[in-house]
Amino acid sequence: MNTKNEKLSIIIAGLIIGLVAPILVFKGNPVNMGFCIACFIRDTAGGLGLHRAGAVQYIRPEIIGIVLGSLIMALCRKEFNANGGSSPLTRFILGAFVAIGALMFLGCPFRMILRLAGGDLNAVFGLIGFIIGILCGVFFLKKGYSLGKTAKLKLLEGLNFSILQIFVLILLILAPGFIFFSEAGAGPGALHAPIILSLVIGIIVGGIAQRNRVCMVGGIRNVVLYNDWNLLIGFIAIFASALILNNIFQFTVAETLNKSFFKLGFEGQAIAHTDGLWNALGMVLVGFASVLLGGCPLRQLVLAGEGNTDSAITVLGIFAGAAFAHNFALASSGNGPTENGKIAVIAGIIICVIIAIFNTFYKKEK
Amino acid sequence: MYKVDAKGLSCPEPVILTMNAVKLGHKEISVELSDPVPVENVTRYAKSQGFTVKETKENDITTLLLTK
Repeated sequence: MNTKNEKLSIIIAGLIIGLVAPILVFKGNPVNMGFCIACFIRDTAGGLGLHRAGAVQYIRPEIIGIVLGSLIMALCRKEFNANGGSSPLTRFILGAFVAIGALMFLGCPFRMILRLAGGDLNAVFGLIGFIIGILCGVFFLKKGYSLGKTAKLKLLEGLNFSILQIFVLILLILAPGFIFFSEAGAGPGALHAPIILSLVIGIIVGGIAQRNRVCMVGGIRNVVLYNDWNLLIGFIAIFASALILNNIFQFTVAETLNKSFFKLGFEGQAIAHTDGLWNALGMVLVGFASVLLGGCPLRQLVLAGEGNTDSAITVLGIFAGAAFAHNFALASSGNGPTENGKIAVIAGIIICVIIAIFNTFYKKEK
Repeated sequence: MYKVDAKGLSCPEPVILTMNAVKLGHKEISVELSDPVPVENVTRYAKSQGFTVKETKENDITTLLLTK
């Protein structure tokens, strides 16, 4: 594909992906949280009983769909590649801190863009922090940071994560008694679009993101590193289409549905808080850890579907981090951040610095 | 010919290794890659720096020959 076609392709991909959040809110997902990788992994962790926060327990089909959509696209394009072994435990830890940072801000980089497109100006602080975090990671990349090479693995090893998603989907559909679902009115976990719609949208997003390498971290990182605007253009396209559709819904169906699709300002935003400093610091952690991991949470899900077990381990780390965030009262709420959360975010940033230093300056194998 | 072994590395590391080779002033660089994403990114970077890119593939390893 030539450069012009690549750009056009990523713009179209971004425009399509940007539409999904307002559509999912329209069909039942929480307001201002149509699509969020960190929040939805957190909800799924709750659904599986890894945490007991009753407000956020639901197996989100969007997450399952992204992995399966990526798998299908990778198989069609002959890009399925079972590989892994590049510092998996370090990736697990970084993944956990991505979740802790994201749940301080209340959203992954994808939701940050969607929150901006919904007029939530608290996400501006998140974006500033996210960029600072990425710059921290780029500093170490330029100095030689690396988690090491991957190795080829057996087919089943690469497929395991996708098979796990099918198993979780079956649990969602059969809804046995040991699965937790937020009760009506309990919180965001109780608000969801129909399973089939969420799953299909997840598959579409996963397929498109695999095809176009969509990555929220890669967009800014590549511009800073070598002036490559390709991924950032996709990022901007997501914002633009979500902004337009949010405003169309706001002026047409918002009143009938009693839902807000676009509300400009800081106060009263759904599933968000107004503490600018901690919104920023949470996303510093997400940006920094994601650069060290090589991609944002969405990209990790897509790579896991392609057969990359390092990314699968990272996603499991995000699951664990999300569960810790609620078990240890680290996650923010609409009332703001918690003291435990503040300590965890600062600890996370320090641990990222330590991981970065060791994998930049002390890389000799033992 | 300057050789960059970026097999098993994921982005952006292969691009950074290529960038370092370009900064050293090499006009002929061979980059070995094992993943399709770095192939796209290194190609795009090399073209933006005025290199001609020739791609060959053998046993899942792609070699990009960058010349200026």
